[in-house]
Amino acid sequence: MSRWRTAAGGCVDRSRPLAFRFDGRAYEGLAGDTLASALLANGVHLLGRSFKYHRPRGILSAGAEEPNALVTLRRDSARVTPNLRATQIELYAGLEAQSQNRWPSLRRDVGRINDWLSPLFPAGFYYKTFMWPRSAWKSLYEPLIRRAAGLGVAPSEADPDRYAQCYAHCDVLVAGGGPAGIAAALAAADQGARVILCDEQAEFGGTLLADPRARIDGAPAVQWVERSIAELAKNDRVVLLPRTTAFGYFPHNLLGLNQRLTDHLATPAPQAARERLWQVRARAVVLATGAIERPMVFPGNDRPGVMLAGAARTFLNRYGVRVGDRAVLLAACDSAYAAALDLHAAGVTIAAIADVRAQATGALPTAAREAGIEVLDRATVLGTRGALRIQQVSLAEVDGSGALGRARTVRCDALLMSGGHTPSVHLFSQSRGQLKWSDALQAFLPERSAEAERSAGACRGIYDLRAAIDDGAAAGADAAPARAGARRDPPVDADPADAGGYLGALPLAGTRSQKSFVDLQHDVTMKDLALATREGFRSIEHVKRFTTTGMATDQGKTSNLNALAIVAGALDVPIPQVGLTSFRMPYTPTSFGSFAGASRGDLFDPVRCTPMHDWARTAGAVFEDVGLWKRARYFPRGGEDMHAAVARECRAVRAGCGIFDASTLGKIEVVGAGAAQFLERLYVNSWANLAVGRCRYGILCREDGFVYDDGVVARLRPDRFHVTTTTGGAPRVLAMMEDYRQTEWPELQVWLTSTTEQWAVIAVQGPKSREVLRSLVEDVQLDAAALPHMGVAYGRICGVAGLVMRVSFTGELGFELNVPADHGLAVWQAVHAAGAAHGITPYGTETMHVLRAEKGYIIVGQDTDGTVTPDDAGLAWAIGKKKPDFVGRRSLQRASMQAATRKQLVGLRSRDGRTLLDEGAQIAETPAQKPPMRLIGHVTSSYHSAVLERPIALAMVAGGRSRMGRTLYVPMPGGDVEVEVVAPVFYDPSAERIHA
Amino acid sequence: MPEAAPRSYLAFAPTSWMSALPPATRLVFHGDRTARAAVGRLFPIPVDDEVCRARVDGERAGLWLGPDEYLLLAPAEQSAASIAQALDAALGATAHAIIDVSHRQIGLEIRGPLAARILNGACPLDLDPAQFPTGTCTRTVLAKADIVLWRPRAEAFRVEVWRSFAPYAIALLTEIARDLIPADSTSA
Repeated sequence: MSRWRTAAGGCVDRSRPLAFRFDGRAYEGLAGDTLASALLANGVHLLGRSFKYHRPRGILSAGAEEPNALVTLRRDSARVTPNLRATQIELYAGLEAQSQNRWPSLRRDVGRINDWLSPLFPAGFYYKTFMWPRSAWKSLYEPLIRRAAGLGVAPSEADPDRYAQCYAHCDVLVAGGGPAGIAAALAAADQGARVILCDEQAEFGGTLLADPRARIDGAPAVQWVERSIAELAKNDRVVLLPRTTAFGYFPHNLLGLNQRLTDHLATPAPQAARERLWQVRARAVVLATGAIERPMVFPGNDRPGVMLAGAARTFLNRYGVRVGDRAVLLAACDSAYAAALDLHAAGVTIAAIADVRAQATGALPTAAREAGIEVLDRATVLGTRGALRIQQVSLAEVDGSGALGRARTVRCDALLMSGGHTPSVHLFSQSRGQLKWSDALQAFLPERSAEAERSAGACRGIYDLRAAIDDGAAAGADAAPARAGARRDPPVDADPADAGGYLGALPLAGTRSQKSFVDLQHDVTMKDLALATREGFRSIEHVKRFTTTGMATDQGKTSNLNALAIVAGALDVPIPQVGLTSFRMPYTPTSFGSFAGASRGDLFDPVRCTPMHDWARTAGAVFEDVGLWKRARYFPRGGEDMHAAVARECRAVRAGCGIFDASTLGKIEVVGAGAAQFLERLYVNSWANLAVGRCRYGILCREDGFVYDDGVVARLRPDRFHVTTTTGGAPRVLAMMEDYRQTEWPELQVWLTSTTEQWAVIAVQGPKSREVLRSLVEDVQLDAAALPHMGVAYGRICGVAGLVMRVSFTGELGFELNVPADHGLAVWQAVHAAGAAHGITPYGTETMHVLRAEKGYIIVGQDTDGTVTPDDAGLAWAIGKKKPDFVGRRSLQRASMQAATRKQLVGLRSRDGRTLLDEGAQIAETPAQKPPMRLIGHVTSSYHSAVLERPIALAMVAGGRSRMGRTLYVPMPGGDVEVEVVAPVFYDPSAERIHA
Repeated sequence: MPEAAPRSYLAFAPTSWMSALPPATRLVFHGDRTARAAVGRLFPIPVDDEVCRARVDGERAGLWLGPDEYLLLAPAEQSAASIAQALDAALGATAHAIIDVSHRQIGLEIRGPLAARILNGACPLDLDPAQFPTGTCTRTVLAKADIVLWRPRAEAFRVEVWRSFAPYAIALLTEIARDLIPADSTSA
């Protein structure tokens, strides 16, 4: 056992040594240690280099607030986690940790030169120093500064771990498992409430784990903790979550908890989830988040070995580690004396207690004096010495007038300070609760809750153990929905509540040359803050951003109050007047993995496939993503590229027959006596005059008059319409319809049901499609007289009841067969087999796009962009002229919406007959313009047409319809392309084929 | 004329806690109070004030989905056409809408003592028996999929999910269950 490890006591298991490595060197710790306590037990105090000046840094605290002791943990090449606080890392056998921000080694670090050059780097230096030449900032200065500064290195490999997530509900969520939190959970559970108690540490108990003198209910406090937790664990309405940080407080009592499941294990089960993100909706919340001990600001206050007194006490009592052999205590409050007494009893020499106060007279200071410890009153620190570990401290008396009195130097290997406590109001503040400054406690305390929330114990300034337990019990009982059962009232015997405290820099700190650090993680000194006020910054929000105080990964947990006090002092205003910066989630850094959860890889998004997907895959289809859908894009054969496959598919449809999976089209059944009226009001078209058994192409606008969606609408019965939408538009069209139905026209008797996935839709297109289908369809006559273009009929398809629509998005004779989805694959196979004799060819979305472009049919979202009216798209013919109103009509009547200069849909023909235009290319009136060019439109669709044997394009061009036959210019990477404006219908303009 | 084209149905090997339910007949029924009363004489649906509740009669069940919307479930042998016909006849001139959605979605059963915890891996509702007792049904989400969730028994939930989202729902629930159910008991 090392000489810094005590013989007995604490929560470590001396029979279970654990080997670990830090910076490659082997050490031994104990089960129950943190990495910090294990290193201290080995006499290691130097853990890292600071952010800006690369100064040697050690361990300041024993918990989540740690600003200095940041390390990188490495399990394997992919499992590398930087910037972890050594004070929170549970030791496991084989743990491998590395220090950060140093090169070539922690003990000899080249970056240390920054400390000597520090006059060059005052607060806000990057706003001032590196401004010339301007271009060098991006290329030279910023990359250099970023490399020199900064913390750990982000891992470069994909995170191989799994992360779980869950939702939970409870009556009372208690955040913090110290004395107040445990009392709250017990009281709420006593009322029968559903309770969740979480604590960021491995063990419940909080400060009680390090307080050997406190007794509760007639036993040492740790035994009360054990009994209480055991009792709660037995209650099946209570969920206990150790190693779980409540990191965020969101509206309506939704709290985010991060539970660490395997980080403490030497060999986690393969594939076990590493963390679990809990999203807890709590009826009521009890915040029992405790308080954080405050460091003091004095010259040379950042050396390894300078530590919080409470942390030294925790290392001693909880982990059985003496943080040094000879300690000086720097006290502004009585709790520092408790640490001194415990250390003294454990054999640590207490060289002196320097108290900044005039004369501390409480029970603890008295006990310290009686134990023979020297106490200096009205003390301040003039400086410290020690390169990689503190060796001595210069103490001095400040006389009544504030002048320097007697000074002396004291040798030590630990300087333990306590400037009092700062209540942890992070979660309370995140919940939008209002804080109020307490002059008595010199702290911001919860004043008014915004949520169903109560703070209890030290986080609202109640430091006395008995009072904190009472406060927790009252909060827990009050938060529970029922009020029944007796209140517990365990007797408590403990040290008196902490008294005293100090804010800001110690007297005369500003007169010394050594740096007095305020924010240790961002290397912000009291002089930086003073400079900010001299440069005119008044609000702490501005000072913070100028100096970066409180902006590091610890969010200034140990520094914010001191910074406030220094700024208030420099400005000579009360602290509340300087303001308080916002507390933001997360309370401590939280891994991205836990936010992603299962949403990665195949589960990142649902992948929607049609009933015929597997057939297409087997047939070698290349798929494209359309929204969440996978759609077959083309079916290459024998090494064809896309161009060749699409050309072949296009020719097959035009000459014979093609088969296409249109199942992804949105489908909405609109039913009811008011159905026709409903569509009449919604779509631009007329519907009242649409006969049963007929279809019509419908256009849906938004209120602003711009095209929102389109699709064929079939009237199946007088009161029943089958509405189709675009693939991507299906959910939003249904939502828009429901919105109007429920809020605008509740008087209409009409109901909407999505049938998108009820039907598999098989499009059979081409001059031979009727012959292919004749043998497969019953109850429907397919000839032109019985089922003309835009006709629809119920019928049996391959023996299955379905819907036959004679519609075409290709310009050819065509049918769309709707069959119940489970039958889709078999019907597809039957059609494909029946079509074999006619050379039936499966085709994909790319071919569909070319075929429709040859006919000038638009695709909403490709040829329109949310600023296109029906008339712009050449679809004014679809508008019901006699209708009194429809969605978007008022907007369309505005003069600007009818201007002849609006961009209109036209066709473009490359004059050279072979240049394929780029989709998205701009269009100019005259060639070879110099910037700024005057551009009058853009290309929306562009393809090579196999049947026409030349490129075709659709475009939106200002006043396009008045430019027919004119020449325009499309600037492309190879120069201007000369194009002729033509009508957008390139193929079969008289539409004979579609009516065949 | 050809034989009726066969059905292809989701292939999924059941586990101890999840199985795909066989094909079923499903109808969405919309209608006002009068229509509901007429339907209620032929098919189990919850009476007016029972929001988010299902009513069961033998193999048939009616689920409240909204103030004028119900999901009717029946075994596949009872065809949608025959049920719709019977309801249409009973309703006569009373305004209503009945839509066959038998193929639109598939049913999953999640069962066992951990069923609620598994669902809560992706569903944000409170599934405590006091808040979501047996007989409760509602539209909700399973992460990025819309579902209808019904608790027919204390330790069994029925998830109705649109067919193209079913593989996602199954894979997601399987992923969630890995952390809750020991690996050796996940296969039936």
